[in-house]
Amino acid sequence: MVDATIGTAGAIQPAEVKDVDLYHPKSWVTKYVFSQDAKVIAIQYSVTALSIGLVALVLSWLIRLQLAFPSSFSAIGPGEYLQFITMHGMIMVIYLLTALFLGGFGNYLIPLMVGARDMVFPYVNMVSYWVYLLAVLVLVASFFMPGGPTGAGWTLYPPQAILSSTPGREWGIILMLASLALFIIGFTMGGLNYVVTVLQARTRGMTLMRLPLTVWGIFMATILALLAFPALFVGSVMMLFDRLLGTSFFMPAIVEMGQHLKYRGGSPLLFQHLFWFFGHPEVYIVALPAFGIVSDLISTHARKNIFGYRLMVWALIIIGALSFVVWAHHMYVSGMNPYFGFYFATTTLIIAIPTAIKVYNWVLTLWRGDIHLTVPMLFALSFIVTFVNGGLTGLFLGNPVVDVPLSDTMFVVAHFHMVMGMAPIFVIFGAIYHWYPKVTGRMLDETLGKFHFWVSFLGAYAIYFPMHYLGLLGVPRRYFEMGDMAFIPQSAHDLNIFITVAALIVGFAQMVFLFNLIWSLSKGKPAGSNPWRATTLEWQTPETPPGHGNWGKELPVVYRWAYDYSVPGAKEDFVPQNQPATPRAA
Amino acid sequence: MSITLLFLAVIGAIVAWWLSQQRLTAKPWLEVGAIDDDFPGTGASSLPAATIGLGVFLTVVGSLFALFISAYFMRMQVADWAQMPAPKLLWFNTGVLILSSVALQYAQVAARRGRMKDVGDGLIAGGLFAVTFLVGQLFAWQQLNAAGYFLAANPANAFFYLFTGVHGLHLLGGLVALGRTADKVWRGFEVNQVRSSVQLCAIYWHFLLALWLILFSLLTPWVGDFALICRQLLT
Repeated sequence: MVDATIGTAGAIQPAEVKDVDLYHPKSWVTKYVFSQDAKVIAIQYSVTALSIGLVALVLSWLIRLQLAFPSSFSAIGPGEYLQFITMHGMIMVIYLLTALFLGGFGNYLIPLMVGARDMVFPYVNMVSYWVYLLAVLVLVASFFMPGGPTGAGWTLYPPQAILSSTPGREWGIILMLASLALFIIGFTMGGLNYVVTVLQARTRGMTLMRLPLTVWGIFMATILALLAFPALFVGSVMMLFDRLLGTSFFMPAIVEMGQHLKYRGGSPLLFQHLFWFFGHPEVYIVALPAFGIVSDLISTHARKNIFGYRLMVWALIIIGALSFVVWAHHMYVSGMNPYFGFYFATTTLIIAIPTAIKVYNWVLTLWRGDIHLTVPMLFALSFIVTFVNGGLTGLFLGNPVVDVPLSDTMFVVAHFHMVMGMAPIFVIFGAIYHWYPKVTGRMLDETLGKFHFWVSFLGAYAIYFPMHYLGLLGVPRRYFEMGDMAFIPQSAHDLNIFITVAALIVGFAQMVFLFNLIWSLSKGKPAGSNPWRATTLEWQTPETPPGHGNWGKELPVVYRWAYDYSVPGAKEDFVPQNQPATPRAA
Repeated sequence: MSITLLFLAVIGAIVAWWLSQQRLTAKPWLEVGAIDDDFPGTGASSLPAATIGLGVFLTVVGSLFALFISAYFMRMQVADWAQMPAPKLLWFNTGVLILSSVALQYAQVAARRGRMKDVGDGLIAGGLFAVTFLVGQLFAWQQLNAAGYFLAANPANAFFYLFTGVHGLHLLGGLVALGRTADKVWRGFEVNQVRSSVQLCAIYWHFLLALWLILFSLLTPWVGDFALICRQLLT
């Protein structure tokens, strides 16, 4: 609203925020390979994350083929199956989602959205990417080592993770743990940049409460990650000690094949605590950037200011804080004291409150908005629906009484794939369709985009809705094949075939998306600088794609919040953040 | 995990205090204009980005060690725990690390007052003391090994090697930064160009010293006994 104006109206000089000394690349290599420009690093992160994500996608096909047609594929034995589910989970959660949201979108959007020329520590930022790439390569290397990658399940629970009966015991688990440690080191370097850039490099007028919610989401997620990833680091290092040096941090006394192993006294529960102390915040490390991005997509494509901006910010902060006190709800079946279960169930259910506030606010933003059903908007809408669906089953699983019978069934698989698989991936797709024009200067093809959306959206439901039913029947997760268990009816096997067919079709739709990404690079419709007529700073750059240093000669000055859409009396239905107040309004 | 939660509570309090200064109750949709003139302090902090970056990094290191210490206390409760005696050498090492920190403090004060020669002396002395500390830690490892306290023999031993090792690696990383700063001093940079680097090194050194004092007090047997007594009193 332009009515109540405070402060100096009219244009002011862009001074006071100190300009940084940019590193200017001198050769092709320093410009595109060992680049210190956050935009190039963002693209490097994104391409690497999507590439390794493709590997995980293929692994999911193999998992589904085995489940639908057990024992039809000689290449998939029980060991391979366990390796596939482990690598699929680990890659998707850490190397794809975390890296893409924070390394990819964080690097591209933070400097542009806060009006900075680059990240504050460009050199560290560059090293961050190369360490991440090294982590990915170490992970990939485990596929080619004797014994193959680890098959310990993505939670890597000891003692089985390092026992000889688990596939990948020789090399796989070592490389997995080393790769995680590298990832965390690389992430910490990047994370320092994201946090300090938001704190210190905001342009003049960009107060915290004028930040687009995308930046808020990535900022909070980075803080969570900086505090939570050390738990995984500690767990990984200590398990490496157990595996390589024979310590007994996690390994209890074990008799294997009639022989006493040298381990004694270790506590597998200790690892579970460390793992989930990282693992639960990890859910929000993925979810908070998605929350932020989807808020901006909805506001922009519904031409309406975001409903309840302040509550949206507070909810992000509250969710972030709460995410550190719920970790043991992943451990209800570990034999914990029932009072602990009660405590963790309570904190878990309390998170539903700020989360529900966010969902209401998205819906209220859409209410009587001028909704454009563009591809980014379709994906944003599908996120809301999917997140609500996945969240509702979360209420089931958050209660120990309900969780115990459902634990380790397909119901859990369906729940977390909905809430932190499909929902964030839809946001990633929406965000790619939304910002691709800024990154490349060309639009993605809309027809292909809509095809991609409808197949992915309907397909995701064809895959995961029936899976809840399988879980309620008691079909266990992580099982290579069901055999002739009396409680599993024939219909469950038929359903498995249906799910697999749906999964293959959804996978095919992703190839169309990839084709679109590559084809539009040269053949897409030219986008212009602001194709969505959006208010945030990244659309106001003098060049598209933004040049080195982002802003030409002078940094932008921010005069308003990020959501001035359809302002009464304004010439257009959006007012960019860097547009001074009009004299009429002053 | 109570140690970790305590650590996070402290960090949470700092974050909450900072956020309370940031006008989170503002109604940005009503405010148009160059807001930072009217509400000072909501822009960037006057501290340099590098100082804040170091602060954030130390928080991450703090989180790492809070988790290590949590794991230490949780593992301690299992019956096979056998605290080993801390080698006497550790007292000497602790003294050397304190001297190292003092030397860097001296360099920092000298940098503030513009006495370039003293800055160089302080950095060199600090670096040498730090290297002595690291060598001393290696000797401590060797003594323990010679006395039969092997890494894998008992979880208490394993935690000792783990803590000293990770702490040493952090100090080693600090030495790289220290070396780069000292190099600048030798190549005759102006005092203004090295002041903040010297200051950052000093902060990092003090942090690692405090961390070492905590770890050292945990690794000496009396703390284990004390914790045991407390636990028996509580249960």
